Amino acid sequence: MTPCPAVIATVSEYVPVLVMLIFAVSFAGFSLVVSVLLGKKAPTNPVKDAAYECGMPPISDAHQRFSVKFYLVAILFVLFDIEVVFLYPWAVQFQAMPAFLFAEMLVFIGILFLGWWYVIRKGAVDWSTE
Amino acid sequence: MDFWIDDIGWPFIKIFIIANVALMMVALLVWAERRVAALIQDRLGPNRVGPLGLLQPVADVIKLFLKEDLTPGHVNRPFFIIAPALTMMPAIISLAVIPFGASLIIADLDIGILFIFAISSLAVYGITIGGWASNSKYSLLGGIRSTAQMISYEICLGLSVIGVFMLSKSLRLQDVVLMQGDGIWLFGEHYTGIMGKILDWNIFKQPIGFILFMIAGFAETNRTPFDLAEAEQELAAGFHTEFSSMKFALYFLGEYAAMISIGAITVTLYLGGWTFFGLENLGGSFSWLTQILIFAVKLLALQFFFIWVRWTIPRFRYDQLMRLGWQVLLPIGLANILLTGVLKLIFKV
Repeated sequence: MTPCPAVIATVSEYVPVLVMLIFAVSFAGFSLVVSVLLGKKAPTNPVKDAAYECGMPPISDAHQRFSVKFYLVAILFVLFDIEVVFLYPWAVQFQAMPAFLFAEMLVFIGILFLGWWYVIRKGAVDWSTE
Repeated sequence: MDFWIDDIGWPFIKIFIIANVALMMVALLVWAERRVAALIQDRLGPNRVGPLGLLQPVADVIKLFLKEDLTPGHVNRPFFIIAPALTMMPAIISLAVIPFGASLIIADLDIGILFIFAISSLAVYGITIGGWASNSKYSLLGGIRSTAQMISYEICLGLSVIGVFMLSKSLRLQDVVLMQGDGIWLFGEHYTGIMGKILDWNIFKQPIGFILFMIAGFAETNRTPFDLAEAEQELAAGFHTEFSSMKFALYFLGEYAAMISIGAITVTLYLGGWTFFGLENLGGSFSWLTQILIFAVKLLALQFFFIWVRWTIPRFRYDQLMRLGWQVLLPIGLANILLTGVLKLIFKV
């Protein structure tokens, strides 16, 4: 089975992006390797090896539990960002039939707005109170 | 044969030019940040290395290369090593779809802006992983704070530019540039006078979107007034407390590269890109040089604004930051889309 010409054209558009990716990876890799090779190596000691806490001896590991609100923000981000992505094809096609698409978008944004209102009323992103 | 010249050789030359311009811009920005800070605070700033201290970034990089690359014993080694690279890479890769000139674009993708948002949001991983892998309380706090901040403002960043694409009818960034500056359409008439051309820039057609994009851009690049991730007074250096040598430098360069990348997107979307009312055709076959100069001047003016804001406005508190993002900017972004739709129906732009 031979791939269709349109697919080949689309894929070859991304070849320069791949070259750019290789450039970025090699730049970062070069920096990391060369600094290890060139940098001086001083003897280490327990204080130097410990986490930096402004001179206080660190108590316990830092991998502990943190506020659940950060997870909530992440979930809300996924929800809203997907809604935003849906708006892009709509924006590009808006010219084609403005009045109809505008009415459609009023409904979509209306539902989005209701969801947003619920989130705000629940205090999901309110950090001033615990 | 054609494949090698058109698809491999020519992009290589363009990547070479654009990567050099971008890296020089980053170096210049590091210098400009310190000089402008000094100017604002009535100091001299770095002025000893080279003329006006211009070689200071070179000296800094050499110094950082020669520093001891310490990987402390308490960290998660593999993640600790790749995290700085993960922050640096997205900022460079997202430059691939920015048009620096009529033909100076590495990959003219028809989903241009979606590619940029997809790639630049990966920078969050570098900060999250770096903060977590450091296994230090300051780093962890800085890392998760920064993650929450960046993903919150990403929604606003995405919403703010939709108005631009309603006007340009294309997600290809070259189309967005060419649409600006050729005269504004009002009630079906084409105004090509100088005022019509100036008002055709998206900054005048989308002022609310522009302001939203700038605010979200500051938050995305972790710049003051949104530099909660490395609030020195409370978190030491935040997510990069434990990093030294070039690992620190990659975070540092990544921040400035992200500024260049956000600035380049702003210039492209709102400030007419590489065009300047016909001046971009100057120089015949060397007009690409004129175009890249026009782009660079616009970009540097914008970067000056970034630096100016950093040394003028104090930092937000965390609850203020989240309230601004979710309760103020998000509804304004939605309202801007509806407003653009209404105005487009009325004025037929």
